[in-house]
Amino acid sequence: MLRSEKSRKLLSKVAGIAVLLAGGLLAASLCYGAPGDPSPVPSIFDPRSTPTKSIYDLSHFVLSITGLIFVVVFALLTYVVVKYRKREGDDGREPAQVYGSTQIELAWTVIPILIVVVLFLATARVIHSIQDAPKPETAVDVVVIGHQFWWEFRYPQLGVVTANELHIPVTEAAHPTPAFLTLLSADTDHSFWVPQLAGKTDLIPNRVNHMWMDPNETGIFLGQCAQYCGTQHAKMLLRVYVDSSEEFARWVRSQQQPAVMDASVTAGKRVFETTACINCHAIGGTVADGRFGPDLTHLMSRQTIASGAAENTKANLRLWLQKPDAIKPGSLMPAMQLSNADLDALVDYLETLR
Amino acid sequence: MSSDAMAIPNATTEARPWVEVVHEWVTTVDHKRLGILYIVYALIFLVVGGMEATIIRIQLIRPHNDFVSPQVFNRMFTMHGTTMIFFVAMPILFGFANYLVPLMIGARDMAFPRLNAFSFWLTALGGLLLYFSFLGGNGLYGAGNAPDVGWWAYAPLAARAFSPGPSSDYWTIALLVSGFGSIGTAINLIATILCARCPGMTLNRMPLLAWLNLVMSGMVLIAITPLSAAQIMLLVDRYLGGHFFDTQAGGSAAIWMHFFWIFGHPEVYILIIPCFAFMSEIIPVFSRKPIFGYPVMVGATVCIAFVSLSVWAHHIFTIGMNSYANSFFAITTMAVGVPTGIKIFNWLGTMWGGSIQYKTPMLFSVGFLFQFLIAGLTGIMMASAPFDWQLSLSYFVVAHFHYVIVGGILFAVFAAFYYWYPKMTGRMLNEGLGKLHFWLFLIGFHMTFDVMHFAGILGMPRRIYTYEPRPGWETLNLIVTIGAFVQGLAILVFVANLVYSYFKGPKAGNDPWDAWTLEWSVSSPPPDYNFAAIPAVESRRPLWDLKHPEDPDSRYE
Repeated sequence: MLRSEKSRKLLSKVAGIAVLLAGGLLAASLCYGAPGDPSPVPSIFDPRSTPTKSIYDLSHFVLSITGLIFVVVFALLTYVVVKYRKREGDDGREPAQVYGSTQIELAWTVIPILIVVVLFLATARVIHSIQDAPKPETAVDVVVIGHQFWWEFRYPQLGVVTANELHIPVTEAAHPTPAFLTLLSADTDHSFWVPQLAGKTDLIPNRVNHMWMDPNETGIFLGQCAQYCGTQHAKMLLRVYVDSSEEFARWVRSQQQPAVMDASVTAGKRVFETTACINCHAIGGTVADGRFGPDLTHLMSRQTIASGAAENTKANLRLWLQKPDAIKPGSLMPAMQLSNADLDALVDYLETLR
Repeated sequence: MSSDAMAIPNATTEARPWVEVVHEWVTTVDHKRLGILYIVYALIFLVVGGMEATIIRIQLIRPHNDFVSPQVFNRMFTMHGTTMIFFVAMPILFGFANYLVPLMIGARDMAFPRLNAFSFWLTALGGLLLYFSFLGGNGLYGAGNAPDVGWWAYAPLAARAFSPGPSSDYWTIALLVSGFGSIGTAINLIATILCARCPGMTLNRMPLLAWLNLVMSGMVLIAITPLSAAQIMLLVDRYLGGHFFDTQAGGSAAIWMHFFWIFGHPEVYILIIPCFAFMSEIIPVFSRKPIFGYPVMVGATVCIAFVSLSVWAHHIFTIGMNSYANSFFAITTMAVGVPTGIKIFNWLGTMWGGSIQYKTPMLFSVGFLFQFLIAGLTGIMMASAPFDWQLSLSYFVVAHFHYVIVGGILFAVFAAFYYWYPKMTGRMLNEGLGKLHFWLFLIGFHMTFDVMHFAGILGMPRRIYTYEPRPGWETLNLIVTIGAFVQGLAILVFVANLVYSYFKGPKAGNDPWDAWTLEWSVSSPPPDYNFAAIPAVESRRPLWDLKHPEDPDSRYE
């Protein structure tokens, strides 16, 4: 009887430890991607820029302190819960009645105050280092405008306008080219979050916010809108292409070109220019100069459409024009009700916009 | 003092027409009946809000699921949040306060019985209005009926340009109406606690439950008013051409956020302080020791109340406040951890050296202590503003506040149910079912909310109706959803226990737990007007004094 009780307790202890270990391993394997590999998971513990690295270091500090508190208090609680349980053979008398102890209570007031001071100082330093960082001459300015449910990126120094896929140059230690973002909103609140490159900052209408990031590695980094902004908040995806400085210069040059004019697709161009498309979309060098939707001048230079909701393939483009709700129900892109012939012509035209 | 129950017999316990019974409940001004009305009303909404959560979790069980449309999903999380905060947590805590405070301070009723009834019915009307929106409202452009602007309804999403139909007006008016109900109850509790205590019950001898509800009521007066003001401003914007939050006409979206969270953060403490109160009554009784450091417990509560009024902007660290403002709200938020820590340690001190009986109320209390510890520590992480720029608006935050609200508040409420149900109904809840409920709920809770932290760390934002198939996100969401179902099962066990025990539970008697406060001196359920003769007390534990005349508390206090 006693033996089985003991073994059962042992078993439950072993099981508890196993569960803890498994949980820890799962967490560790999930949180740490292979270094140097642009992970498909935008983990906040996989930083690739100065601000996220300093947040990462701070988070380690905070985690170790809170972890220590957790271990100590958890152990104390467990000790008390086990040690002072009512036992079978108790005589039923009440335990000693203790009303308090000023010394002990003072101790567990003062120690937490000291911990708070330490945590605060570490926090304030990182707040200052990120928020009050000076802007170098060589910084790249980008104006980010949040829309329901897509991102507009404007480079005022470079005369480039694009959408949903932000290109910025990698920062080399000798030649820092951080991207300084000015965050605006055209409608509701949004939040710009690319976990590996920068903590999130909201885009709020009637308010100008700022953030910066200096990626130390090329690659594609995923993010998405983090502030609920309406029906399709979930598919307001975001990706940042961190290019080498040559690639970035090449990309800028190609984006600065006016739209390609291909004589073989004039039918599609006519469809575009004579329907409601031009109310919302712009294509450089044509009559289309709408601002409600993404600029399409270099549509085919982007890998995704509908703010990352679908790959930019011919089939998806056609579906998007014909029935946007099939890709992104609730998006503000209307179904254009075109005939099949017009639809094909239009897709052919859009496919030339490199 | 009168220790024996002098039950005033109900003359008509014979079968009466049901209309008469209903009429009696609807027109009652008795604090015990109103307390039970609050609790039953909240339990119904708990099930409704739970079903909404289940719909959310089914939708998120795998990437690109199409169980519900984005519009329905957005309504579900809006209604889930609003329901759980305003129509479950608040009424259930007000219900317990209503029921217990007069009994514990030796009063025959609340100070203003009719205000009490009025407040309850306002709250009830608020909940009904909110749910009437399913029939009467329509939401974001082209998108159905119930409000779908999120439970904090950030401007300008709630402006007419983005929510043209009346659905968000149902949200606004429901909160406005129930807010007035809350203010009424808070005034009533303050008046009762300050003016209706029995002879001998100085402030220094008041049960902690009364003290903490006094502090909570003070916070309600301070916190609900800005919310009500903001709701009125929103209505002015929407119908009278105001521009408080209308960004298209120069209004400020950020000011709404400040208004909302200057209510919203104290609200967390309005909910958790009554739960601290339950803990401070239940843990001593089952440890067989008085509360450790009574004056410090009161002081820490008052301190929490003050500090928590200055921390609200930690909910909006991402809106681009300057570095000084961010630093200020970081330190105030961390500072609130100090008095909260004191409370945890003092409960620990209460259990230390005790003889702890693990009846169901105590099991839930121990669960509360462990989980509230973790919730507090993740709170410290998010108080570190730069860390919060990563964690805010992600599933980490969702995990954190569910740790507070479910792991903390709901566990404490369950403890309170198992502890005071015998007093309210005269019957004990079934211990076996209670333990099953506890363990099932514990497992489900940890499956759901432990795992959510990791989804947030892996960059998953909250309030998304679907997500891309990314490594990690899929497995985590699957586990979360399974956990939600386990919790649902546990709630069914609980409801079954409530119903079964009401009819078949063993009789409780006056004092089933061998407890020390005045409510256990009267019959279960207590007679009309509670005390045939108003008791007089000489210490914080009048029933201890009665049971141990050789060694009364009054000697040490």
